[in-house]
Amino acid sequence: MRARLSARVLLPVLLLLAPAALAIAPTRMPTPQLEARYERLIHGFRCMQCQDESLADSPVSLAADMRRQIRHMLIAGDSDQQIRHFFVSRYGYFILFKPPFVARTAWLWLAPGVLLIIGAISAIMVIRRRTVLVKSDEEEPVEDTVRGKRS
Amino acid sequence: MNRYLIPLAVFALVVVVFAIGIAEAPRKDLVPSPLIGKEVPNFSLPSLTDPTQEVSSKQLLGHWYLFNVWGTWCVSCRMEHPELLQIARSGAVPIIGLDWKDSRAEALAFLKKEGDPYQRIAVDRKGNEAIRWGVYGAPETFVVNPEGIIVYKYIGPITPQAWVQNILPHLPAAQTASAGS
Repeated sequence: MRARLSARVLLPVLLLLAPAALAIAPTRMPTPQLEARYERLIHGFRCMQCQDESLADSPVSLAADMRRQIRHMLIAGDSDQQIRHFFVSRYGYFILFKPPFVARTAWLWLAPGVLLIIGAISAIMVIRRRTVLVKSDEEEPVEDTVRGKRS
Repeated sequence: MNRYLIPLAVFALVVVVFAIGIAEAPRKDLVPSPLIGKEVPNFSLPSLTDPTQEVSSKQLLGHWYLFNVWGTWCVSCRMEHPELLQIARSGAVPIIGLDWKDSRAEALAFLKKEGDPYQRIAVDRKGNEAIRWGVYGAPETFVVNPEGIIVYKYIGPITPQAWVQNILPHLPAAQTASAGS
């Protein structure tokens, strides 16, 4: 009975812990809160050497150095904002996976909205024109309406 | 006529967007440094040649210098080494080294064998200092003015061509003249 219970409890626990063994940087932060912030931060920074990987996923030694830097800053009591600023002021916005909304990146954030509006306006224009065509269909040939003044 | 105008305008817009994209990002591996125009990070590190001595940003104020990040493990650094020796011989500008994540014994042996172009070498055993300089690969070379402001950063091995075309124009005319002779 006891053996069964422990197996029942132990197995899911061990299975849950299994991914930790695969992590590149199995680190222990002093508190779970710091651990959570650490995890969030290392997923938000780009590894500057491999560029398409985050600090959390990168095996290169520079990424390990950067993770150590983040760890030290967290333990020293720096805020997430301060840590982001530390890296951005040295490596540029490129190091952030999510670029901030500033003058230089404004078009990046606004372009989808602008394109959507342009698309919506064109769609409305096309639909209106089609509606007019359908109505006038009975009176004269479609081609004439489309091409405009032929007569 | 009108129905060709809109697709044509859209096509022109796409061309412009792509042209800017291609012009703005000539090489993805060269990330511009936000430190250009800013003061060098304050540092005080042990010297490679004599660990009891230190190399600090304060000592370096008052004259132009190149701040060259290297390591014996770095193949491109070995490639640029002859050019660094050439620059040092020409007396154009002193070169300060940052020996990055290296073994002291190997670094000293390498310099003894190949020649030492550095006026001073600071040691960054763990890699903390390189991060403060925004370094992401060796070699990287910063041009620093007498006020301690970074005026330029060159990423990759310095070739004779890169020295003349990229780095020299950022040094004052007096230095350019002495190097050209």
